[in-house]
Amino acid sequence: MPVQDAGVRTSGAEPRHGRRIVVMWAIASAIVDPLFYLLAGPHMPPGDMTSSAAGAQFDFNVLTMAALPVIIGVCIYGAYTLFTWRASRGGPDPVMTPTSRSNIRIQTAWIGTTTVVVLSAFVFGTVELVVPAGAGGAEGPQPIWTPTSKTVLPVQVIGQQWKFTYRYPTYGGFETDKLVIPDNTTIAFHVTSLDVIHDFWAYQLGVKADANPGTDNVAFTTTRALGKVTVRCDELCGIWHGAMYNYGEVVPKAQFQQWATSTEASLVAATKLLPPFAWSYTPSANGAGGSYYPDNVDAFSKTEVYGAGAVSAKAAAQKSS
Amino acid sequence: MAISTHEPVGVGHPGGMPPGGAAVRRRSAWLGQHMGTAALAAVIGYTIGHYVGNSFANGYENVAANGQNDVSNVLALTFAVVGWLLGSGALNYPIAKLVGREPAPEIEEKGVGRFFRYSLDHKVVAMQYVIAVLLFLFTGGLLAMAVRTELLSPTTHYFGPGTYIALVSEHGTMMMMMATSVITGPIAGWLLPLMIGSRRMAFPRVEAFSLWTFIAGYMVILTALPYGGFPTGWTGYAPLQTQASGGMDSYLVGFIVVGSGMIAAGFNIAVTIINYRAPGMTWSRLPIFVWSLLAVASLLALATPTLATGCLFGILDRTAQTSFFVDEHGGSSFLWENLFWFFGHPEVYIMALPGFGIVGEILPVFTRKPLFGYRVGAAGMLGVALLSFFVWQHHLFQSGINPDMRPLFMLTTELISIPTGFIYLTAMGTLWKSKIRFEVPMLFALALYFNFLLGGISGVYLSDVPVNVTVHGSFFVMAHFHYTIMGGLIFAFFGGLYFWLPKMTGKVMNKKLSLIHFWMMFIFFNATFFPLFIVGLLGQPRRVFEYAQRLQGLNDFSTISAYLLASSFIVFTINFAWSIFIDPKPAPSNPWDSLGLEWQVPTPVPFNNFERIPLILADPYHYGEPTHTPVADLGVPAMALAGGGGGGGGVSGGPVAGAPIVDGEGGASDV
Repeated sequence: MPVQDAGVRTSGAEPRHGRRIVVMWAIASAIVDPLFYLLAGPHMPPGDMTSSAAGAQFDFNVLTMAALPVIIGVCIYGAYTLFTWRASRGGPDPVMTPTSRSNIRIQTAWIGTTTVVVLSAFVFGTVELVVPAGAGGAEGPQPIWTPTSKTVLPVQVIGQQWKFTYRYPTYGGFETDKLVIPDNTTIAFHVTSLDVIHDFWAYQLGVKADANPGTDNVAFTTTRALGKVTVRCDELCGIWHGAMYNYGEVVPKAQFQQWATSTEASLVAATKLLPPFAWSYTPSANGAGGSYYPDNVDAFSKTEVYGAGAVSAKAAAQKSS
Repeated sequence: MAISTHEPVGVGHPGGMPPGGAAVRRRSAWLGQHMGTAALAAVIGYTIGHYVGNSFANGYENVAANGQNDVSNVLALTFAVVGWLLGSGALNYPIAKLVGREPAPEIEEKGVGRFFRYSLDHKVVAMQYVIAVLLFLFTGGLLAMAVRTELLSPTTHYFGPGTYIALVSEHGTMMMMMATSVITGPIAGWLLPLMIGSRRMAFPRVEAFSLWTFIAGYMVILTALPYGGFPTGWTGYAPLQTQASGGMDSYLVGFIVVGSGMIAAGFNIAVTIINYRAPGMTWSRLPIFVWSLLAVASLLALATPTLATGCLFGILDRTAQTSFFVDEHGGSSFLWENLFWFFGHPEVYIMALPGFGIVGEILPVFTRKPLFGYRVGAAGMLGVALLSFFVWQHHLFQSGINPDMRPLFMLTTELISIPTGFIYLTAMGTLWKSKIRFEVPMLFALALYFNFLLGGISGVYLSDVPVNVTVHGSFFVMAHFHYTIMGGLIFAFFGGLYFWLPKMTGKVMNKKLSLIHFWMMFIFFNATFFPLFIVGLLGQPRRVFEYAQRLQGLNDFSTISAYLLASSFIVFTINFAWSIFIDPKPAPSNPWDSLGLEWQVPTPVPFNNFERIPLILADPYHYGEPTHTPVADLGVPAMALAGGGGGGGGVSGGPVAGAPIVDGEGGASDV
């Protein structure tokens, strides 16, 4: 930009304000960005207990690395201009220059830069969503981005006013109020509700999906480490929404196997009283707290698989029948 | 487009009658219609509606289930609103026309009484709006204090969970209703005609209607509390909505009532801008605030009907036992989510855009420079308005609806940052080599740019679906939209008030108190809401009364800051009462040396705004040009223009000079 005398400070040559701002911005960004990534990055939520949590953490850090220079840039620009060109009342107005009203080069550069940044964010976000099979987010009843793992443990999450329960269809469909899942396994959470809309938020797992009545909402993740999990309801569901939480745990595979089979055996009488397992249930017309009965669209199949194996498994199932 | 320079016949004066024209019977003001008769009629309407509802809907199943009769609630509130409008005189004119009588002419009033009446003077309506908006804002603010008080401790509860959720929902809904009109009502209502050189809004009765429905909406939503509150938050998700008790009816009726005022205001503003610009006020000379209002008007008119429809479905579900939102009877809870957010997202730009417009007006005045990139700024506002209709499902990323469409909605949402960036470009370009005066309105404007920067950038995190998995529905969202709406809109509102109150009231605000208000508000706003970003990231969902013990420190910091933030509004109230009512000091007619057309008229602004319809010669941003053309010729009789071309280059772009008077556009009316 050509240097023009703004008529504010007349002593000495006008410094090159633009270059100063750019230099300050570049130095500050070069310091803050790596500091953030190295010091804060590994501790950013939601941790790295699962593939989706680690993905969310990585995306969060990348977005912050992009956002910090923008915030720093605007703030440095603002502070510099406010400090340099502050004035008390009186005195002449700054003389208008040809570029005071518009500057086609700056405007084009601005629009071009923001467009490139925004489109990059879009491409990055889409890749990070599609490649890790929905990134732990809700994928509706028919997920199109599915995990490549051939064995998937389905866990049904049932929300009702005001608690979460979990059914394990591959273990006879027993129902517990503690979420136990094995390590190093791809989990398919089938989230549904018996009354109003809830939201299953397993914070450390990086999984979130609305529990809609009459709908099977699927979210995938792959566990990577052992640890405790907090589950909270994340969609306002009535007066006890704030108290709708429980806990879970990621345990070693063998321990999970043992827990699941023993729980299935100990709960076998109670499971018989439950409605047969289904992907969703029709709530009682009387609203909250009522009993529920199956609205069985697809009977559950133990051989249900996702990803690369899905087509061949279905074909095999048809052939055998 | 050729603009008729005729003195419009019969439309040049508020109320359609020339002042002192027809001889009218004068009655005592107390015998006429005013806020008191309106309130009385509302009470009568409420009683009748309640009785009627109870008389024929006493045996409904849902009445037995929740102990309240939704039919009688809805009828009572509806009749109360109709009574309010009848009692205030809002319906006198349409009813008289309906039965074929000539309506009684409205009289220009001088006294304080006009502020309690169904006034057709846009300046009176705007001052009524100022009080109504502040009442709305402070009521919602008190509720926020109650909410923050409950969050002082994760385990000790000051309210029961039911009261708490009622307070949260009431706070959110009231603030959202207030924010729809906080600028389009008081500030735009006062300034729009003055900025475009008109004597009035296009439809003065419709403007007053917007105000009186706004007040009615305030009272309707307040009735939710005695009905026991509603548990859904401002989003009102079904089926919780269908299940909720009587307070829900206030929410549904209230949004329809406020919504009708919003739709009316949208059309009124758009028609005024398009048709009531003074000669020479070309599109490229329109003040940037008017551009933002045009964008907002399109959103008000096009998005709000969806909300009203959704609320009507909700009322039918609750009273007539339809099943729009009831899954087990063929409806869908997703329908409400779609209808609500199809309105809800444009709604947040209804709130953001007028704020951008206001700071766009304030910045050139206090930097003594033209607005940089005026066209880009105007395009940015229209771009935001257009894009806002294509992003609503980003609120539903985790709902399981259209999961394969998420990349598209991520794209449209992120695209909005491009036109929003235009707004920052205009601001940063205007600051460059300017001469900055740190007056109070300027401080508010600069604060908006800072707050909205954080608010906008946190929005990018929310739009990114993988990160959204963590932050959706958490306090991060809550901090994000408080940064954009409170940090943006409310800061712009107060900046605008400090900027224009000297013209609106003819009195100066006390500068010391104003500065205390600003610094308290700015510091404690950030101290209240910045920690909530962290609280959200650490796993606290919105609208909970219990949270993890380890988050108590941050929550307490936020709560104490919130108390101090609230006390900044006490400073404002004292300042307002002191400077306007108790110890008024007359304001100069143009205290900030602005070039805006609204500052060129005398203070107090005459009843008709302009003696003659002004001839606009230039845009209002010619700062730094020693020999600039004046912004408008206020003295030339409009009828005399047909012969003369005016002086200087300012007129050459105008369509008026020498143009014949045309009544339509190029004979388009042959059909």
